Amino acid sequence: MNSRYEVVIGLEVHVQLTTKTKIFCGCSKEFGQFPNSQTCPVCLGLPGALPVLSRQVVDDAIRAGLATNCQISPHSIFARKNYFYPDLPKGYQISQFELPICEHGWLDIETQESGKKRLGITRIHMEEDAGKLLHNDGGNSSVDLNRACTPLLEVVSEPDMRSSDEAIAYLKQLHQIVVYLGICDGNLDEGSFRCDANVSIRPWGQEELGTRAELKNLNSFRFIKQAIEYEVERQIDVIDAGEKVVQETRLFDPDAGVSRSMRGKEEAHDYRYFPDPDLLPLQVSDQWVEEVRQQLPEMPTAKRQRYQGEFGLPEYDAGVISAERPLTEYFEALVKIYDQPKICANWVMGDILGALKDKNLSIAQCPITPELLGGILQRIGDNTISGKIAKTVFEDVWKSGKTADQVIEEKGLKQVTDSGAIESIVDEIIAANPDQVAEYRGGKDKLMGFFVGQVMKASKGKANPGMANQLLKKKLAE
Amino acid sequence: MKISQKDVEHVARLARLTIAPEELSALTEQMDAVLGYVDKLNQLDTDGIEPMAHAVPMSNAFREDDIKPSIGIERALQNAPAAGDNCFTVPKVIE
Repeated sequence: MNSRYEVVIGLEVHVQLTTKTKIFCGCSKEFGQFPNSQTCPVCLGLPGALPVLSRQVVDDAIRAGLATNCQISPHSIFARKNYFYPDLPKGYQISQFELPICEHGWLDIETQESGKKRLGITRIHMEEDAGKLLHNDGGNSSVDLNRACTPLLEVVSEPDMRSSDEAIAYLKQLHQIVVYLGICDGNLDEGSFRCDANVSIRPWGQEELGTRAELKNLNSFRFIKQAIEYEVERQIDVIDAGEKVVQETRLFDPDAGVSRSMRGKEEAHDYRYFPDPDLLPLQVSDQWVEEVRQQLPEMPTAKRQRYQGEFGLPEYDAGVISAERPLTEYFEALVKIYDQPKICANWVMGDILGALKDKNLSIAQCPITPELLGGILQRIGDNTISGKIAKTVFEDVWKSGKTADQVIEEKGLKQVTDSGAIESIVDEIIAANPDQVAEYRGGKDKLMGFFVGQVMKASKGKANPGMANQLLKKKLAE
Repeated sequence: MKISQKDVEHVARLARLTIAPEELSALTEQMDAVLGYVDKLNQLDTDGIEPMAHAVPMSNAFREDDIKPSIGIERALQNAPAAGDNCFTVPKVIE
């Protein structure tokens, strides 16, 4: 935090939707295909071609609006945003301007510095993406229009953020929401979730906003933080040097850690928006909104609260498990099989996530299904195997895909609960370690761990540790 | 409303039109006349009338999210003044 200036940040996020087709035509929008192989007269901007809106895109926009506490407009329209650039074949982008589909939303975030805070969302609107420009070594550029007309939601925040940490907290939460909703794959590298940041500074106490710079090309949370922090320092230097911050677009270069001005954009903000006569107005009835609301998944915040309330999980566990929707599905399936949420949470967060991380797998690729893991936990719960043996069973189940019962049976891992059998092992251990026995009897209680360890080792881990403990205590006290 | 030469120059620049200096005053007059004519609409009392975004009283034309065949790279590029590597070729764009 700066002592002289307050930082003001507003964010514009472009969320690329997971629809199969483009927003205004039936071309596939699959990533990584041959340039211009996924084009048609509509997305090429050929004269006379008529765009037709995808209903799925409207559904997704309503979903995003509801999940971010927006009002869904009953009446919205599409507008043309006019500018010339080679990646925009029509000479205008179809977007929404004066009547967007969602307005007046908010998200609650929490940061270490400022605690809990509500951040406003001005609007969410639907629009088409532009194509891609590839810069050649020679004197020209190449245009690939596969991405042209890809559906985007632009989520515009209020200038409510006061630090890069708040900006990142907002972005992470928005990212989590759109991925949870299944409307975006959340891939920052492929540009599925892109962020522009408007950054300005003002002396503390000043009401009026300072002149802002718009930062573009921010494709990782780390770069966004870096770029904002760099920009704040730059503006402080400009003002301290007695100069004025100019309103401009700046491109962040993550390699150099600096941003540079994009020249020649002074006039570019005169977009001459007007309603697009090619597209009919959009009417969204209350009934439509309600239908979408019914289909909304339980959102991360609600899940976190329910895990703490209904399942009694600690806040940390609830946070880790609710972070990703597939993980919540795994966990909830597991709890249905083995009704001990805290134990389930421990196994999911420790053994499952640990093993997945080791093997660089996602939860969807996990070889142990909730059913298989539940089977292991049930055998611990009914004392068939000890917690220690369970780790071995876990590894075997992971590798073989067999059930816990099969593994226990085949490898003879069933826990020994026959007190006579354990007693004879205990007797052997006591007889074999006279020195330790003498020390223990002399008051060195800590050695109990050693004795239990020896019994477990002699029984190849199969002795019930509780019974071994009891018997040892009894015998050593004799 | 009075259109100035500056307005015409600005709009021309946005539309990437080159206007010869001798054309400027004539175009300014014409544009002023056209907009002045349309400006008559402002004499109508439109209080309480919803702004209209479209000429026909219809709404909600949708398509379902079903993939339709694209036209193919060759046809996509057939009208391109210049093309190469499956792409449209344009003069170097400096960012």
